[in-house]
Amino acid sequence: MHHTIFFDNASSTRTDARVFEKMKPFFMQKYGNPSSLHDMGQEAKDAIEEARDRGAALLGVAAQEIYFTSCGTESNNFALWGLAKSLQDKGKHIISSSIEHISILNPLKELKKQGWDYTLLPVDSFGMVNPEDLAKEIRKDTVLISIMHANNEVGTIQNLKTLAKIASEKDITFHSDGIAAAGIIPMDLKDLGVDAYSISSQQMYGPKGAGAVYVQKGHRLKPYLLGGTQERGRRAGTENVPAIVGFGEAAKLAAEEMHIHAAHITGLRDAFIKGIMDQIKNVKLNGHPQKRLPGNVHISFEYIEGESILLLLNMEGIAAASGSSCASQALKNSQVLLSMGLTPTTAQGSILFSLGKFNTMQEVDRVLEVLPAIIDKLRKMSPLYKEE
Amino acid sequence: MVEYSKQVIDHFMSPRNVGEIKDADGIGEVGNPTCGDMMTFYIKVKDHKLEDIKFKTFGCGAAIAVSSMVSELAMGKTLDEALSITNKDVAQKLGGLPKNKMHCSNLGADALHKAIQDYKQKNEK
Ligand code: FES
Repeated sequence: MHHTIFFDNASSTRTDARVFEKMKPFFMQKYGNPSSLHDMGQEAKDAIEEARDRGAALLGVAAQEIYFTSCGTESNNFALWGLAKSLQDKGKHIISSSIEHISILNPLKELKKQGWDYTLLPVDSFGMVNPEDLAKEIRKDTVLISIMHANNEVGTIQNLKTLAKIASEKDITFHSDGIAAAGIIPMDLKDLGVDAYSISSQQMYGPKGAGAVYVQKGHRLKPYLLGGTQERGRRAGTENVPAIVGFGEAAKLAAEEMHIHAAHITGLRDAFIKGIMDQIKNVKLNGHPQKRLPGNVHISFEYIEGESILLLLNMEGIAAASGSSCASQALKNSQVLLSMGLTPTTAQGSILFSLGKFNTMQEVDRVLEVLPAIIDKLRKMSPLYKEE
Repeated sequence: MVEYSKQVIDHFMSPRNVGEIKDADGIGEVGNPTCGDMMTFYIKVKDHKLEDIKFKTFGCGAAIAVSSMVSELAMGKTLDEALSITNKDVAQKLGGLPKNKMHCSNLGADALHKAIQDYKQKNEK
């Protein structure tokens, strides 16, 4: 049996060993509560502040502008709720896009029930938001815009700077979900011009259980977790110190090494895409040909269904993901793929292989070795497939 | 990977009776409204018995295993016996299906029954 080939880095990444080492003492030696006055409390507090510095450095912002949360979903909820509620006296219209993560779309639905209104911008067949569409949809009562930086499924990277500029010209607060992008592609949030930005630890070789939000100084944000004064009163609750420490270390490593990994991963990605295209007919690469995350290989295999592909890959020790309705708990096609204009049948046959810094060319070769036979086997069973 | 039974995995990995029958006596096609997936059954009938069955399926692992199991259960049976096979029987024979996959089991027997009806219609005087 081969070791598992983990081509599902978009769902989570392996924690870097150096990150784990850094976290260890915070379980059994340095377990103080950062709110405590004694030395052990202060030791934990210092560790969190160090992590905050590192997160800030990764994003090119000030440490006081970083708020820790428990995960990416919480980061998005924190930003969206907090900003919307603090802006409600100015207006109650929010603009977002049709390819956002559910941790943006579901809070929007909930806000709608509470009297807000929102508009979801369409995307083109590459998954790009057209800045003109954004400009057109801005209303007098638009107070918040939230558009993701890089899409977690198809890897498309938006022209964030252009979009944020449109918002700032109209004095509208601009948030971006950067969970798939942070620590993977270089960025300077001050240059991008966003007001708020969500990130998550587990997408950048840090542990699960930590996320963060950048909120530019001067913005009001209404907290929804109420309690103590942690995170300067904006997010109550004892900090997950080990996870935050790990997050900080992951941010530091990302800042230092991101460019090396991006080159490595892009090489794997391009070889993998080429291998698939060369060996298998009737496949489609989804997402943007250039503006895509380094590790993203999102492919539709025509005539077959993704869950069955995942099963056969899993039998070979290969972990990937699919936008097929059959592979989702809700039995719904990926909204991202449908928004990009894929037919439901093509969306059914989609597989997301997401590569990361721990993957190797040997692994790519191994997947390329077994994939054609898997696709062929399923196509031979498909009533939609006519052999040429 | 997902809680599939041994039997489901077995039928999914080595499905019985995959294919088409060129001069089929009856063809049954069903689409799955939940998923937009498809299943087609082909049958050959001799002396009121299912002499041969083949199927093609576009769908998840459970849908493929269900088709395979249906074809195995019905092979050699009389038409009436085959018509009495229910979706529940199929799911049971497969050692159960995950809850959100139960609807896939509705496909298999339906497609087979449709093929039998198709045959009957063609052969009615
Ligand atoms: S065919 Fe879609 S879940 Fe089984």
